[in-house]
Amino acid sequence: MARYLALRLAILAGTLFAASVVIFLALEVIPGDAAAFMLGLNAQPDTVAALRAELGLDQPALWRYLGWIGGALQGDFGLSYTYKVPVAELIGDRLWVSLPLTLYALALSTAIALPVGILAAARRGGPADITVMGATQLGIAVPNFWFAMMLVALFAISLRWFSAGGFPGWADPLAALKALTLPAVALALPQASILARVMRSALIECLGEDYIRTARAKGLTRGQALRRHALRNALIPVLTILGMQFSFLIAGAIIIENVFFLPGLGRLVFQGITQRDLMVVKNVALLLVFAVTLVTFLVDLAYAAADPRLRTRR
Amino acid sequence: MKALTLPLGALLAGVFVVAALVSLVWTPWDVTALAVRDKLQGPSLAHWFGTDQLGRDILSMVMAGARISISVAVVAVGVGMVFGVPLGLLAAARRGTWVDELVMRFNDLVFAFPALLVAILITAVFGPGALNAILAIGIFNIPVFARLTRGAALSLWQREFLMAARVAGKGPLRISAEHILPNIAALLIVQGTIQFSLGILAEAGLAYVGLGAQPPTPSWGRMLADAQTLIALAPHVALFPGLAIVLTVLGLNLMGDGLRDALDPRLKERRR
Amino acid sequence: MSGLLQVSGLSVTIGALPVLRDVSFDVAPGEILGLIGESGSGKSMTALALMDLLPPRARRSGSLRLEGTELTALTEARMCGLRGRDIAMVFQEPMTALNPVLCIGDQVAETVRLHTGASRAEARARAAEVLERVGLPPAEFPLSRYPHELSGGQRQRVVIAMAIALRPKLLICDEPTTALDVTTQARIVALLRRLVAEDGMGMIFITHDLGLVAGLADHVCIMRGGEIVERGPTAPLFREMRHPYTRALAEASEHVPARKPAGAGAPLLEIRDLVRRYAGAPGPAVDRVSFTLRRGENLGLVGESGCGKSTLTRALLGLEATQGGSIRFDGAEIPAGAPVPRAVRQRMQVVFQDPYGSFNPRHRVERLVAEPFHLLDRPPKGRARRARVAEALESVGLSAADASKYIHEFSGGQRQRIAIARALVIRPDLIILDEAVSALDVSIRAQVLDLLAELSGRFGMSYLFISHDLGVVRAITDRVMVMRAGRIVEEGATEALFRAPEHPYTRELLAATPSLATALA
Repeated sequence: MARYLALRLAILAGTLFAASVVIFLALEVIPGDAAAFMLGLNAQPDTVAALRAELGLDQPALWRYLGWIGGALQGDFGLSYTYKVPVAELIGDRLWVSLPLTLYALALSTAIALPVGILAAARRGGPADITVMGATQLGIAVPNFWFAMMLVALFAISLRWFSAGGFPGWADPLAALKALTLPAVALALPQASILARVMRSALIECLGEDYIRTARAKGLTRGQALRRHALRNALIPVLTILGMQFSFLIAGAIIIENVFFLPGLGRLVFQGITQRDLMVVKNVALLLVFAVTLVTFLVDLAYAAADPRLRTRR
Repeated sequence: MKALTLPLGALLAGVFVVAALVSLVWTPWDVTALAVRDKLQGPSLAHWFGTDQLGRDILSMVMAGARISISVAVVAVGVGMVFGVPLGLLAAARRGTWVDELVMRFNDLVFAFPALLVAILITAVFGPGALNAILAIGIFNIPVFARLTRGAALSLWQREFLMAARVAGKGPLRISAEHILPNIAALLIVQGTIQFSLGILAEAGLAYVGLGAQPPTPSWGRMLADAQTLIALAPHVALFPGLAIVLTVLGLNLMGDGLRDALDPRLKERRR
Repeated sequence: MSGLLQVSGLSVTIGALPVLRDVSFDVAPGEILGLIGESGSGKSMTALALMDLLPPRARRSGSLRLEGTELTALTEARMCGLRGRDIAMVFQEPMTALNPVLCIGDQVAETVRLHTGASRAEARARAAEVLERVGLPPAEFPLSRYPHELSGGQRQRVVIAMAIALRPKLLICDEPTTALDVTTQARIVALLRRLVAEDGMGMIFITHDLGLVAGLADHVCIMRGGEIVERGPTAPLFREMRHPYTRALAEASEHVPARKPAGAGAPLLEIRDLVRRYAGAPGPAVDRVSFTLRRGENLGLVGESGCGKSTLTRALLGLEATQGGSIRFDGAEIPAGAPVPRAVRQRMQVVFQDPYGSFNPRHRVERLVAEPFHLLDRPPKGRARRARVAEALESVGLSAADASKYIHEFSGGQRQRIAIARALVIRPDLIILDEAVSALDVSIRAQVLDLLAELSGRFGMSYLFISHDLGVVRAITDRVMVMRAGRIVEEGATEALFRAPEHPYTRELLAATPSLATALA
């Protein structure tokens, strides 16, 4: 177990390191002079020089990279060029929208998908199964941002149950949750469709295993065998998809924030691109990569908890 | 029901492929001609899907938009297969060695970058464009195919017929080409269809946030972005491009399921 | 009625296909009934019909009475109450019969809790007792062990523990030892016999192995094509063998192909102190093995799973590197670690165990059989190639027309013939037969053994015959080696070694191997 954990941690650290190098190369080395790039074509040479000094671009690349990562490890992401405030502060504010939105969507998606997938597998071939398979087939095909627009048209414009966008802040938690509900639903439903199908097929696969026959020979009913024996084994492939979904949800959240005008990381990074604020883009990218790799690591841990074979192997 | 999946999916996806091809030579209206007088009309005989905020014919725009969506997704699948499949074969042939480990760690690295993030990085440096979308989605596809190929090839390497090929003096390269590739082709085709449909969705998403094809090139995602502010006024502007995406993706997914059933030897054995 | 179970007129159909026809038998308390048959005879289907665990599309009819209760009339809920308490079952594959994510204590305790409503602690205490009873004392095998931490035989003990935890009246064992080594098989059979005697339960023992059942069962039923063709008390039935199928089965299972013993030819393959070590393994998998195989000779290599015989095969074929010793083929020396040169590979071929996994399903037979031509410096092309493939197919009893078919069009026995044709096609001096007949039914196995004997006579080839089955090795080899834990512990002329084994392990192996003749003696 300790070896497995150590190995996974090493992979987490290695991936993060490599990813940070890729981001650094992409944003600070490939464009050439980042200062000239940020200021655009019409910049005066002396302004460019000033910015270069301000950003420390006159130092060698390796030095700058170490400075960036060293700062990031201490929570210092540098200054935003356009906002003239610490990037850490900007990200901190926006994270309070993006992170809850992602988690809300993940919770919704899981809460819907697992029971639905289990139901479909248990009633394989029946009307419930056919309905689930049809509905999820459609759900997978719907782009989440278009679905979000349709939700706005229906629930915000026609029915007026929700506001069409904006975020009131966490001062009133209920209002905040309400503002995040439509975006979370829009994010969650397409993902729930995928997850439900994975749950169903994993469970059907497990129900065909020999140990289910053994369990039935002990006197367990079909349902008991499904709950006590098949379900836990089926969760192993479901975990993989759940981990991958988190990365889709993060990406999806960035897009969905645009539909609902939510002040999240997505808005921040797109503004960063338009304003050529590389400091913002670089650090948001690092944060996103960190989130995705961290979740992959957590999924690996969950694997070990779910599957005793992993704990002793290696 | 099962037998209908493949033809139905192929029909749905085929309609949009044909629409894209036809749009190369003909569209009902010119997609670049603006006619602000006719803006935001509902569906009519002249404009089957209505017109947008600049008076352009939405049917023509949807047809032309199919072009960009489909070509981006196809090229991205190609990129994924061309790089991913050999990587996976290589890793499996050298299983347990540093080569395998290197391929796996490369996969981990690429998986840490969601396609959207790659598109953001590219756009931040080079500015937006359809090429970004292809690169971003294509890069994301590489580890998908590499992993799938490696997994399938690994289980084939355990089979006795590969042992027999090795006894016959065949090297890993020859065995990969002669024995492994034909046996995983079905799997790759099915996954290719799925990545194709995911590519359509991803391209639409990127175009919607402005990281894909730029105006005046018509694209479904861009059309939806434009339609968003008008949704209270003219919902049909948002309806048709969205439906086009849904139906194309649905068609491709049905095709993938149908192909899986038709090509999966495991299922065939069971039926026999 | 003193009987425990009366089965009468049991029939099962799957769709329109009848798989069991009018099967009837009785089992008394304390009695062991053997159900014998080859694959497809319906013996496993009978067990599943008794348990009411048939596949979804199967329909059963007839009468099944357990102590007077008609089982076919019971609801599914009543059946669940009966399964595991009154009728229990042990399956063939111990590797997959246990849930991999639950510890063994919980899996055994589940039977107890389910039927008695015992508390968690009581059930675990009970599970510990039962595991002790099947030879897994909790001091050595804590309840918290997971299935993957146990060997095949130990897992089968866990499955048995789950089945007998509540002292059922009837225990059904479906090929419970087929996946196990002979010495393990002997211990499991002894355990089952003891449990039957102690608990006075009835047992149905399903197997394909006549020797095994003859030494165990009180009564036997011989099944073929879904029907019972002969039945009776074990000893008289096997002495008289009234039904021709019973006779054919008995003959096939002890079949010895006619063949001339090989004279002492020149040494073909000489192995000296060969070592194969895996990184991270405690000891070498092949440990200083030496032997000589002469031209035209059939040499046997027997041993149980994990003894290193498959590793040795792969090392000889040049599929795995060696770390010490040398291989000499017809005078050409191959030092340890060096690749086996083409000139040597051209003269060695192999036939594997699995008739289903040995062929690329996407190639036609011609291409499959022609694959070893790759080793030749000037491989035959076009018509010459077709002619050589046709010749090889005909020499294994198939026709030249089979060359254009796909492998799924052949039965298991035919596939094994194709595998032999593939090995033959480049006329090697040595064919390594790695468990080549182990997956076949006895009657098919007898035919393939005859074919092998005939081919070695005709082409003057040598065989290295690797098997876990001592009976088969005895039938076809001139000399035999016994391998254990990577080393060869005994070697000698086959008949002499089987008559007077010297090494204690060889004796144990021989004693554990079931044989119809010994059982009836």
